[in-house]
Amino acid sequence: MTAVGASAERREGREKVTGTARYAAEQPLPGRLFARPVPAAIVRGRVTDIDDTAALALPGVVTVLTHRNAPRLASADDATLAVLQDPEVPNRGWFVALVVADSPEAARAGAAAVRVTCVEDKHDVTLTATHPQAYVPEKINGMFPGVRELGDPDGAFADADVRVDVGYQVPPLHNHPMEPHASTAHWDGERLTVHTSSQGTTAVRAVLGTMFGLADERITVVAEHVGGGFGSKGTPRPDVVLAAMAAWHTGRPVTVVLPRRVLPTSVGHRASTLHRLRLGADSDGRLTSLVHEVTTYTSRIKEFVEYAGMPARIMYAAPNLRSRHHVVRLDVPTPSWMRAPGEAPGMYALESALDELAEALGMDPVEVRVRNEPDAEPDSGKPFSSRHLVECLREGARRFGWSDRDPRPRTRSAGPLLLGTGVAAATYPVQVYPSRAAARALPDGSFLVEVNAADIGTGARTVLAQAAADALQAPLERVRIHVGNSDLPPAPLAGGSSGTASWGWAVHDACTRLAAQLAEHQGPLPDEGLEARADTKGAADAESPFARHAFGAHFAEVSVDTVTGEVRVRRLLGVYAAGRILNPRTARSQFVGGMTMGLGMALTEGSTLDPAFGDFTESDLAAYHVPAHADVPDIEAHWIHEDDPHLNPLGGKGIGEIGIVGTAAALGNAVHHATGVRFRELPLTPDRVLTGLLETPRHPVPAG
Amino acid sequence: METFAYVRAGSLAEAAEAFATHPGARYLGGGTNLVDLMKLGVERPTALVDVTRLPLDEVTELPDGSLRIGALVRNSDLAAHPRVRDRYPVLSQAVLAGASGQLRNAATTGGNLLQRTRCPYFQDVSKPCNKREPGSGCAARDGVHRDHAVLGYSEHCIATHPSDMAVALAALDAEVELYGTAGVRRVAAAEFHRLPGEEPERDTVIEPGELVTAVLLPAATAGLPSAYRKARDRASYAFALASVAVVLEVADGVVARVGIAFGALSHRPWRARRAEEALLGAAPTRAAFERAAELELSEARPLRDNAYKVPLAHNLAVDVLTRLVPHEPGPDGPPPHEPGSREEDS
Repeated sequence: MTAVGASAERREGREKVTGTARYAAEQPLPGRLFARPVPAAIVRGRVTDIDDTAALALPGVVTVLTHRNAPRLASADDATLAVLQDPEVPNRGWFVALVVADSPEAARAGAAAVRVTCVEDKHDVTLTATHPQAYVPEKINGMFPGVRELGDPDGAFADADVRVDVGYQVPPLHNHPMEPHASTAHWDGERLTVHTSSQGTTAVRAVLGTMFGLADERITVVAEHVGGGFGSKGTPRPDVVLAAMAAWHTGRPVTVVLPRRVLPTSVGHRASTLHRLRLGADSDGRLTSLVHEVTTYTSRIKEFVEYAGMPARIMYAAPNLRSRHHVVRLDVPTPSWMRAPGEAPGMYALESALDELAEALGMDPVEVRVRNEPDAEPDSGKPFSSRHLVECLREGARRFGWSDRDPRPRTRSAGPLLLGTGVAAATYPVQVYPSRAAARALPDGSFLVEVNAADIGTGARTVLAQAAADALQAPLERVRIHVGNSDLPPAPLAGGSSGTASWGWAVHDACTRLAAQLAEHQGPLPDEGLEARADTKGAADAESPFARHAFGAHFAEVSVDTVTGEVRVRRLLGVYAAGRILNPRTARSQFVGGMTMGLGMALTEGSTLDPAFGDFTESDLAAYHVPAHADVPDIEAHWIHEDDPHLNPLGGKGIGEIGIVGTAAALGNAVHHATGVRFRELPLTPDRVLTGLLETPRHPVPAG
Repeated sequence: METFAYVRAGSLAEAAEAFATHPGARYLGGGTNLVDLMKLGVERPTALVDVTRLPLDEVTELPDGSLRIGALVRNSDLAAHPRVRDRYPVLSQAVLAGASGQLRNAATTGGNLLQRTRCPYFQDVSKPCNKREPGSGCAARDGVHRDHAVLGYSEHCIATHPSDMAVALAALDAEVELYGTAGVRRVAAAEFHRLPGEEPERDTVIEPGELVTAVLLPAATAGLPSAYRKARDRASYAFALASVAVVLEVADGVVARVGIAFGALSHRPWRARRAEEALLGAAPTRAAFERAAELELSEARPLRDNAYKVPLAHNLAVDVLTRLVPHEPGPDGPPPHEPGSREEDS
């Protein structure tokens, strides 16, 4: 039996549940100070005066940093990191000062006492589908074309037997990891050490090196334990820059913890998206045209585009196809990565529209998807390395009991509750990036594997040790693994569901090499042991001749209360084809976590950009409703065996994000099936649902 | 948060004295709302007078059959108390519908009554709010106000009171006992909270220095059929979008006594007197409940984005009233259904 594929226990589980795991803010360095940022209370303009007299007079306040006295930093690629460098305020919540004090309480009091005077310019934070400043980006986030077109989508749509032309809206969404963004920095001469909550410290080191003008070997960035990120810690955020600046300025260690209420405006969020879907099909249910138009916003200082049109390029065999993004620069906090950026909102819209098409055709929604299964990736024409969407749909339908479903909407009830079921497909691209790793055999018979992976709660440490054990042909308990420190062999971030594939490839290569060295080695090992290193550059980033994606299917059952409009989930089931599953125990957690986040996106998580104030109304966890236990019912994650030789030595496709993709559509489709009403704006909260039920003429509920 | 003095009171007199000698003091109970507001800079007390050691943590049965709830009885203990569960189920249900288990373990009966609105503009000191800073304006009026009032608001404030417990107390004809330098007085729970009017900064009729010492549940509503229902965004815990507490006694085929209070519709628990009047002496039919709810809610003046609250409150009231009628199919239709029943394809 191999270690990979076994349900190995999470390596740091005991430390975490007993509270001994140390996070970025829990670094009790002698003389440590605590700093708290002061957010701007205007939407757009500039600071004209900062009066810190009252703050400095408070007991415990050491200093106040502003654009006037903060260290000058070189520019990084990311304008959101240029904090306290100039008086400009690009959005509400932008940090205009940092109060450094000898306790968190004193820093909080100091921050409240800083008086900031600003001049305010006119602002616009309201996204509309017809915004006059909307433009089509040539490249989305430097990666994908903003628009792709095949054939004649408009002509084919006009000629289609059956047409669906619908709009959907997804509000802004927040990552809100359990651990807020936090960093502790200290300088030893011109050497900087930072503990930070990050999805990848190699990238943090590079950015700090640029900004502070330091070579790599003068910076160490540590992220031993990370309490979640969901994309919002993928690249450095202002906390780490502020901590390093304040530590430099004061000559003492400084911890910056961003308060929960400032996270929505300061660490990125998922921008809202407006979708227009036009689907044309022949009477047999074959798509003849698929058009997905997305309108979203970015900030004035950085272009980030939620690429929600991407799934349309790979999902279905439509000969005429257009996916196009429109983006508007608004005076909003800069949006950024959030779990399944693009795919999560994009598949909500696409999979909801497909359900509408199935209804218009009078076809089963599973069968519509099966009928439009492509032979090759529609956009690129490349063959798929593996694609088992149909198998996921069939297996999910079997487990869920889909065949018993009466397709007519609003036909099932239990007292005042209307019941319904829905399905949606899921997809997420396979991504893999070059990484390095080192493996060392020690004289005591143990092995030490080093790679600067980030374990953000996923179980990366555990799975990489499993990969190492197999390559070394050693028992799992003899393998130690070090991750989360930029002094280790450099590695890409935990993002894009790419971590395990990228790091695991390098670990596999290093361990395989070490095993070969050991096989050749004669006699006892030297004291320092025997080491092998690997670098997957050139292999991991080689262009693949295949289109590589994970697929899945989500099935949901909901109840809708006709008294209140409350939607509650009865069952949620996912089936995935994501290559080899390396650790069923930690994988299941990832799938279930993703589905839970999708449930929140569908039903409870809503955020509002306040048109007058330019920030988000729902700024704490009492108002931004992340689903908790009573909201998450019977939830099941399954996977099918998938052997794909075109991925990486471990054979996994990445599983961190696919669970959120399509879940909201499955739930929305179930709500339609329950009620007969099509809701096209998330989340499906009682205000919307009850209003929809009241506005729609009621079909009688058949008796019996 | 700013530095403040801390005084632990050993008696009511000590508490009142400490309050009087520290201008700008606040009484501290469970602290679940006050401490949050201090962190936000909304509350800036110079002193906290900790009253949690006062002997006010008992539920006592009085000779007249009423129940006295000490102001320091924790929300969890109140909800779980056998007498409360037996005689005032609406109260137990309302308390359990509020907050989370952890918060209910800390929060007190008195503190629950005195919690402040969760209006996002009230909680954000960088924005105008007449309740927090009289005269600064109401940002919610034209802002984000899906959760705000539809009844009894003023041009100065459209906030709602967030308590679930207080809604049940209003329907039960409970009283709030207040201790102050002028002595002890009792106020009807339904009159304890104010409408905002010209003074939105005043949530209740409490006078400076007065301390809630108890809540009294009257014998008159003990044992009557009663229930609470709350609609919310999230099943696990969330403030109400609308809620209703109902106490209903049917005798000889007519409504003999009824108390209806709505939550999350107004600056205070909204006692539905007009609906109650319409129902007294009437046959307890669904049609009568519909008419009564309509009558009460005809006063509602929804804002741009909260019109849904009117039908929601209407549905909740009719649903709970109907459920509380002793089961005999009326002429107006089939018997009411049990919520949460699992039989399908009915």
